[in-house]
Parts: sequence; C-alpha cells; structure tokens
Amino acid sequence: MTTPISTISQSAAYQTGSDPRIGVYVCHCGLNIAQTVDCDGVAAAVSGLSGVAIAKGIGYACSEPGQREIRDDIEKHNLNRIVVGSCSPRLHEPTFRQMLIAAGLNPYLLEMANLREQCSWVHMKDPAAATAKALDLVQMAVARARDLAPLVEPKLPMTQRALVIGGGVAGIQAALDMADNGYEVVMVEKQASIGGVMAQLDKTFPTMDCSI
Amino acid sequence: MTDAGRHPRITIHTLSEVVGIKGYVGNFDVQIVKKARYVDEKECTACGDCAKACPVVRPDEFNMGLSSRRAIYSPFPQAVPSAYVLNPSECLGNNPVVCSKCLEACEKKCIDFHMSDQTLSVRVGTVVVATGLMPHDPRVLDEYGYTRFENVLTSLEFERLVNAGGPTQGHLLRPTDRKRPKSIGFIQCVGSRSARRGKAYCSNICCMNTVKSTLVLKEHYPDMAVKVFYIDIRAFGKGFEDLYTRSRRQGVHYVRGLPGHVEEMADGRLRVAVENNTGGTLDYYDLDMLVLATGVEPAPSTHKLQEMLGLQLTSDGFFLEAHPKLQPVDAATRGVFYAGCAESPKDIKESVTQASAAAVRAIRLMQADQIAAEAITSEIDQALCKACGKCAEVCPYNAITVDPKKKMPAQVAKAACSGCGTCAAECPFGAITMNHYTDQQIGNQVGTLLADRSAEKILAFACNWCSYAGADYAGVSRLQYPPNVRLIRTMCSGRVDEKFIWQGFAMGAPVILVSGCHIGDCHYINANQWTVKRIEKVRKKMEKRGIRSERLQLEWISAAEGVRFAEVMTRMEQLRRSVSEQEIADTIAILAKDK
Ligand SMILES: Cc1cc2nc3c(=O)[nH]c(=O)nc-3n(C[C@H](O)[C@H](O)[C@H](O)COP(=O)(O)OP(=O)(O)OC[C@H]3O[C@@H](n4cnc5c(N)ncnc54)[C@H](O)[C@@H]3O)c2cc1C
Ligand code: SF4
Repeated sequence: MTTPISTISQSAAYQTGSDPRIGVYVCHCGLNIAQTVDCDGVAAAVSGLSGVAIAKGIGYACSEPGQREIRDDIEKHNLNRIVVGSCSPRLHEPTFRQMLIAAGLNPYLLEMANLREQCSWVHMKDPAAATAKALDLVQMAVARARDLAPLVEPKLPMTQRALVIGGGVAGIQAALDMADNGYEVVMVEKQASIGGVMAQLDKTFPTMDCSI
Repeated sequence: MTDAGRHPRITIHTLSEVVGIKGYVGNFDVQIVKKARYVDEKECTACGDCAKACPVVRPDEFNMGLSSRRAIYSPFPQAVPSAYVLNPSECLGNNPVVCSKCLEACEKKCIDFHMSDQTLSVRVGTVVVATGLMPHDPRVLDEYGYTRFENVLTSLEFERLVNAGGPTQGHLLRPTDRKRPKSIGFIQCVGSRSARRGKAYCSNICCMNTVKSTLVLKEHYPDMAVKVFYIDIRAFGKGFEDLYTRSRRQGVHYVRGLPGHVEEMADGRLRVAVENNTGGTLDYYDLDMLVLATGVEPAPSTHKLQEMLGLQLTSDGFFLEAHPKLQPVDAATRGVFYAGCAESPKDIKESVTQASAAAVRAIRLMQADQIAAEAITSEIDQALCKACGKCAEVCPYNAITVDPKKKMPAQVAKAACSGCGTCAAECPFGAITMNHYTDQQIGNQVGTLLADRSAEKILAFACNWCSYAGADYAGVSRLQYPPNVRLIRTMCSGRVDEKFIWQGFAMGAPVILVSGCHIGDCHYINANQWTVKRIEKVRKKMEKRGIRSERLQLEWISAAEGVRFAEVMTRMEQLRRSVSEQEIADTIAILAKDK
C-alpha cells in the first residue's frame, strides 16, 4: 500500500466561507451552439438566479480572448465559482480548470453544462426545445455550482518504470523510446520470441524492403 | 528487435502473460506468469544440436504449418531471445528412459526438464498495451474453400512462401504439386467489410499488402498471370497510390467484384466465379493458386486485459481510446496507453508512430517523481458512522477499513479511493460525503430540473466514462433524439443514491433513467454491479408502493454507443408518453404519505 507523500486535509479546504459569486458563460461556439440555442437569452434568463453575479453569452469560451474575458471578470467581479455552458466537459473541462488556476481559483470551482453535444447538435431541428433544455442544464449547473468546494489533489509517488504488454513492432518501438529516454521497461510477450506479425513478413509496403 | 533485446534498460519476459494488475497510475502492481522454457535463456547459444537430436516432428507455427520443426526448436532464425524453447506437451517426456536425447546433445547443459513456471511481481508507473492483431480465420466461413482446397492460402501463408527464410527459400510453389504456379488470384476483404461474413470494418492493410505481393510476384516471375478480386482498392497512404499504379502497369489484372464461388478441378486448379461489377457479367477464371487477403482482428487476450485494467472496447472489439481525435493513444484509465493494432488495424508505419506517441505520453507522466492523485474522493463523518461495514463491502478498491465487531468507524485510504461514490450511495446513515458529487449538489440538480413542467422531462443519470461519453458520441455524430431528456453526470452509476430516485418521483418525474458502463466495462472495476442491485431493490419497493416499476429504467451505454444512446432516449420518451398526469399525481401522493 502506497501512502501519499503529502495529503493536505481536504476538509480544511472547505473553509472558504465566502458566499457564492457565480459567473455564468454561455458559449456560442461560433455557430455550433448559437445556431440552434439562444445563448444570450439563456444567459439573461439565469442572471437573476441566487448566487449568480454575472451571466453572459460568449463567442468562443475556450479561445484565448474568451478565457481572458472570464479571467478579467473573475478579478473585476470577485467571482468565486464559474459555470461554462459550452461543449462536453470531457473535451474542455481541463482547459477551463487551467483557466481557473491561472485566475487564482481552485480548479474544482468550475461546473460545465453541455450545450453542444447535448443540445444544439442533437436537436438541430427544434431550436425552441434545444433552448429550453439548454436553460434547464445551465440552471442545474448553477444549482450544483453553489455548493462546489475547492479540492486538493494528493501527491503520490511515481514509479519510473513502464510495462509494455506485447512485443510486436509497436511494443518494441514504445519500449525503445522509453528506454532510450532513461526509463526502465519491462516487456511481456506471450510467444517465445518478440517480433509479432512483422517478423513473419517478407517485404513490406510502402518501401518494399525487408521487415526484420 | 535486437536493439530491444540488447538494451540495458529493457527486460524482456517471453512465454509470459500478465495475470493481474492492481493499483493506479504511478503504482501499478503487476503479476506476470512466465512459462518454463526448459532451456537456459542466457546460456543457450542456439547451436541447434538439441533439435537435430530430437525425434519429434511437428508443424512449424512460424511458417504457418508449411514446414516442420522439432519439439525443441528456435522460434525463427532472428528470434529474440535467440535461445531454443522446448514444448513440454510435444516432448516425449523428461524420462531419460523414454528419450532425453536433447539433454545428451547439449554440450553446455542448458536444458533443464525440471524448470517450472515462475510468477513475477513488478511495480510500474505506466502501462503500454501493444497486444497487436490476430489474422481473420477463414475456416469459420469456408466460402472460398480454404479448408477443402490445398491451393487456397491466406496472405500470411503466402508471406512465408515468398520469404527467402521461409519453408521454400522464397520460391513460390503450389502446395499440391510443388510446382511454380502460372497464375494466381488474390481475393480481397476476406473477413472484412461485411458483418455477415466476418467483421463490418475495413482492415486497413490488406489492400496494400496485396498490391505489395503482386509487385513481389511480378519482380520474380514477370510472366505469371496475377489477378486481384476486389470491392475497391484502398490506397490512401503516402506512396500507396504509386505502388498501386505500378502494379497495374506491370500487368496485374484488377477485377472489380468478389468471387461468389470457388471449385477445385481435377488437376488441382481452381475455378473462380466472379460477378464482374463493371460489366455486369458472370466471369470464370481458372487459376493455379488463390490467396485470401484475410482481415485483421483484435488479439485474443484483449478481453482479459480489458477487464484487468478497466479499459473499454469499441464495437469492433479493439481498445477504445480516451478521445478519438485528441487523445488517440491514451486509455480512459490514467497511465495506460495503446500502441499498434491493439487500438485498430493499421500498418507498420502507423503502429510505430503510435508507439512513439504512447511512449512520450507515458514519459510525460513518468518524468516527475510524483503524480497528482484523484481529488474527487469520499469522506466519512466519524460521528455519523455506525460501523456497519456496508461501505467497505461495496468499495471496489478495498479503500475503506472498518471494524463492525469493535464498532471502529470507517476510514478511507485517500490514495486508493478512485471516487466512484458507491460507498456514499450505499451508506444507510448518510455518513459519507462524496466530494464534488455531494448529496446536496445532486439533490439540487434534481430539484432544479423538476421545479417546473416536470411531467415533460426525462431525468437521466449518466456515468462519466461510458454513458455520458456515449451521449457525446451521439452529439458528435449529430444523431437527433427527443429533446426532453436532461442528463446528470456522476462519475459512476454506482453514485446514484436511491434517495435521488425517490426525490425525482416525489417531485413529479414521469420516468427516470440510470445509465452506466456495460457489466465488465465499469471504470471502477465492478461498482456498477451495485447499481444493478440497488435499482432492483428500488423497483421492488416501487411495486410494493403501487408505483409502476418500468418508470425506472437501467441501461448500459458504452462510450462508443452513440446510436444506442439515441435509441435509449427515444425509448425513454415513448415510456414517458405512457405515463399519465394522473399516474404522476398518484405517485406524488403515495410518496408524500409514506414520508
Ligand atoms: C499478412 C499481413 C501482411 C502485412 N504486410 C504489411 C506490410 O507490408 N507493411 C506494413 O506496414 N504492414 C503490414 N502488415 C501490418 C503489420 O503486420 C502490423 O501493422 C504490425 O504487425 C502491427 O504491430 P503490433 O505490434 O501492433 O502487433 P503484432 O505484430 O500483432 O504484435 C503483437 C505482439 O503482442 C503479443 N501479445 C498479444 N497478446 C499478448 C498478451 N496478452 N500478453 C503478452 N503478449 C501478447 C503477440 O504475441 C505479438 O508478439 C501486415 C499484416 C498482415 C497480417
Ligand atoms: S484494406 Fe482493402 S482488402 Fe482490406 S478490408 Fe479494407 S478494402 Fe478490404
């Protein structure tokens, strides 16, 4: 059992004390979202919700100017939680978390609503319904954001050794690249020799030279 | 190959398989079983004296059974390690009375019949999965007569026949009469591009492999008649079109259309019937030999590794990457990477490119001596904990210790907790807080959603790794589905507490969906099995209370199943329409009373 080198008590991190001041950004994603969803309308509709300090539409939230605008707002309006309605968090959550760090906020004070993959792209023929759904999703995100708390990632030791499963041309190349960079590699091969399919080939395309 | 064999920092375990992996990025504890070679790998000089003495003759797998080897043998001349290997099930036995001829022949005394399988443990920080491919087996659907006609070969058998190091020293010979064929045909897409006759996907390499083979033939035997039967030739890579053009210029006859029928004639020649797609005619070709351009399938061990490492597969059966465009070599499990055909069929150049990418992605993590671990973990309120032990029972990571006998309250080992939230959902006393996905947060999401016009809405819980990703895939594919579903993301379906479901119904939800990874694919080992149990339990309670249990649905949707996601949403909408205003009102009343 590995023990973390330094585990900062997470309950300590809860003591933010401050009331939520949420910034809500509804991204147009060019026309990807704005073509179907009334982004500015959604922003206006949530601007009065409890805890929301500022809410607005934004061209491309993930772009450098977009991020700068949000960072500036954080400073100007003393925001302490951010809701971005845009694409899937599986795409840009890391981007926006970085942005929060750059603005001096804990990265876990972010919440995203998925207005592209879950609204504009899948309800293209029904803008009204897509907008209603977008509004619900952003409202739900705000509801969730009010209770967001800062979190700290514990640090664990990294074993500087890699396992490569399979000793075909791919496994061999990966192993050599890592080993040449100074890392230890353990390669596990089912057969009696490494080489994989390539060892069985004669000439190979596109160069038409020998394989081994 | 030899570079890897010689490298001071690479340890190669052959005849080995990974049988267990525990832990997480930075600290995977790996168990490897290394089968006995019966030959000392370091001492053996590959002189071959043992094989000369061995009386057992067996087909040589490396040459696809087109030649023979002994029970003690070298895998192939350039093998790494070069040491010989003894197959214990073929060997006449380690009984000196019976045989042990090799033992006597080996001057260096490298052979040891008493060698046994070894189990090794090693701790690693990262894992590269490069388990490669398995060629399609044409015996399953014998439409081209592979099992019946000796002169029908697979492309890999053909490779061995034209290889200077192969069974015929590179002279192409027809198996039936060992004469050089005057005509030869290649059949494309065998096992590919047809769900009915193999796999639905294109295997990527077989077109170019055939083009290559035709050029090899034309170089050695310019007057050989070479035909290729195909659907369309996929020569999309750099330099590929050049090779294809060269092949055509050299007189290779490309016939558009796949043979419907192959029969053997008295002289061993093969008659191929092809519906010519260009001319619309039924043509017959008599050929000395046929080569099946067999497709590429995932390695047989794929499923075992998938379960061991908690990985995901595409519907094709290859490993699924974290993101098809932006993280093409990362697995969704941190610290695990893919290289080569394990991820999808590809040629050598692409395999090597991907392998280098995987190496760099792994180095990116390994270059620091520390790594940030999961911040989204659970926390136990010691004052509320009654030490019942439920949380420890459900935790897939054994991250919770509790002693019900001594009434010692539960404790979470943060480093081992991966944040599925199953413990928080199962704790009967509300003693567990799941950070970032607290009861209050999820309760507020449900409350906000159902605050108005609840009868029109579908409340759906989706796990981050599979179902939510499946929704993304539906989005990227622009699949259109009913617009009234609203997803609440949790890391795992195991987080969905029964109280969120009751809250939903009490607030007028017509239907509720809980969705997660397929059983066996759970990103948190097997946390979703607790989802199944919980949903079954809630449905039983619903029936008891007179609430129609179909209104609560559980579905497994993988990250690759965008189509399935859209279908499930359509089905949920149909279900929602079956729930009347009255039924919703009754449910609200029942739940209000029970409270
Ligand atoms: C007939 C044919 C002809 C081809 N011709 C060409 C060509 O001319 N040019 C070209 O660029 N490409 C060609 N290819 C494609 C080429 O072979 C592949 O791109 C390449 O072999 C992929 O390398 P790999 O390392 O991913 O997989 P593999 O070569 O399949 O290697 C995988 C290795 O992993 C091992 N393994 C599998 N499972 C496990 C496990 N659980 N534990 C331990 N070890 C395991 C296997 O034993 C094997 O050694 C051809 C392929 C075929 C079938
Ligand atoms: S590469 Fe060519 S032969 Fe192979 S499956 Fe694709 S189209 Fe068919």
